[in-house]
Amino acid sequence: MQSVWTLLSWGPEGWLDDIAYGVFITVSLAAATLPVGLMIGFLVALAKQSNEPSLRLAGNIYTTIFRGLPELLTLFMIFYGAQIGIQQLMRLYNPTAAVEVNAFVSGMIALGVVFSSYASEVFLSAFRAIPKGQYEGGYSVGLSGWQTMRLVVLPQLIRISLPGLANLWLILLKDTALVSAIGLADILRQAGVAARVTKQAFLFFGVAALIYLLLAIISSFGINAIERRVGRQQVQR
Amino acid sequence: MSAAAADVATKVEKPPAIPRGWSRQRVLGYALVGLWIVLGIGMIVYLVEAWNSELFQKYAPGYISGLGVTLTLVAVSIVLGAVLSVPVAYARMSRNRILSSFAYAYVYFFRGTPLLTQVFLIYYGVGSFRPALEAVGLWGFFREAWYCAIFSFTLNTAAYQAEILRGAIESVPRGQWEGAASLGLHKLQTLRKIILPQALIVALRPYGNEIILMIKGSAIVALITVYDLMGITKLTYSRTFDFQSYIWAAIIYLIIVEILRHAVEWVERRITIHLHR
Repeated sequence: MQSVWTLLSWGPEGWLDDIAYGVFITVSLAAATLPVGLMIGFLVALAKQSNEPSLRLAGNIYTTIFRGLPELLTLFMIFYGAQIGIQQLMRLYNPTAAVEVNAFVSGMIALGVVFSSYASEVFLSAFRAIPKGQYEGGYSVGLSGWQTMRLVVLPQLIRISLPGLANLWLILLKDTALVSAIGLADILRQAGVAARVTKQAFLFFGVAALIYLLLAIISSFGINAIERRVGRQQVQR
Repeated sequence: MSAAAADVATKVEKPPAIPRGWSRQRVLGYALVGLWIVLGIGMIVYLVEAWNSELFQKYAPGYISGLGVTLTLVAVSIVLGAVLSVPVAYARMSRNRILSSFAYAYVYFFRGTPLLTQVFLIYYGVGSFRPALEAVGLWGFFREAWYCAIFSFTLNTAAYQAEILRGAIESVPRGQWEGAASLGLHKLQTLRKIILPQALIVALRPYGNEIILMIKGSAIVALITVYDLMGITKLTYSRTFDFQSYIWAAIIYLIIVEILRHAVEWVERRITIHLHR
């Protein structure tokens, strides 16, 4: 039997290079999902806090659906649903076409919609924490609605919603483990391959768990740094 | 005079509502709601068109049993987790450095790593210790995917529930403890009669969220061959390649989660009735 250190070394003998590739995939998936999720989440929150009842209804339906479905089910529905849908469309032109949907993109969409539905709630409660006088003040100094949003409301909104969003980022990082189920070579899948080949399942899944833990610790350092900076801006005001 | 005033008052009519007009927001809102309605109708039409009574008769019982498996799994692990969370929360709040750092490490590990990794670590990883487990007679337990799922879910939810419990107990002001002590109640009495009733109001919503998260999270046991609702769905899809199998599962999950959410809100309204005026 090979020693643990050989198994965990870099190169053809060990599995560290494969797992490092998995870390790259996991981190880039989470990083690619974040801006999409934040953007959609912000738009949904805007809809949910508007005066127009129909907009609120549309936003609430979105949140109810994507917060209520298991993430794994959302992922499978998007992965297989997109495959079937695109295939049907392609059949109109070319009856023999076979379509492979990119697992990375499906994972990004699925995690993005889940993230955005939670993020919209965070943004919504931040919107509610901003007093109405801020909008009125913006109006009274002659700012347009968009300018008020960008210059007055948004800076406060970001500061208020930062702790909630930081939490969601940690959840997103953990949810990326699900994409191993649709065949994307993330940390968990690479660890699983290594475990199957070497029969050292506890070692490799343990390493995977520790890597996730390490990513969470690094993230919370980053989050703390951002919060300190945003907090400093508040003091200067 | 007063009669005349009353007469005037009855004659004054409510001003007509300001016409709302078709602002940009309203157009957008109607368009989006319309889109949802179209999607909903499209789904119903699809389900009606794809209706296949043979398929339904063959797989519907599976869905019912899968739902049962999901609910059993969640119920068992939530209850066991609640039991386990009490000592963890106690250790986490204790003054003893070693005890509290152990509890902190436990909570940090289970909250910081994906549930799927924990399940794989236990289901596949425990095989590495097969000789030792066979020696103590636990191998029969860990060989079954079902017991591994319950074991890992219990450990996971215990970590989350310990934090909920700790947060709730710490949310009760210190003065409550001191007041009870000055009345001569001992620690356990204080906890049971003074602290917990106040803490559980705070804890109710997080507990409800934890149950909902567990129901959603339990879908991943389908990946270790447990036939819960998601497992049955995957099986049905792999046999029929019929996409409606996923839609039915989505509908069932949504219904359960919505029922739970509303139930928690109802209970919360009931138990905070003395706080509202």
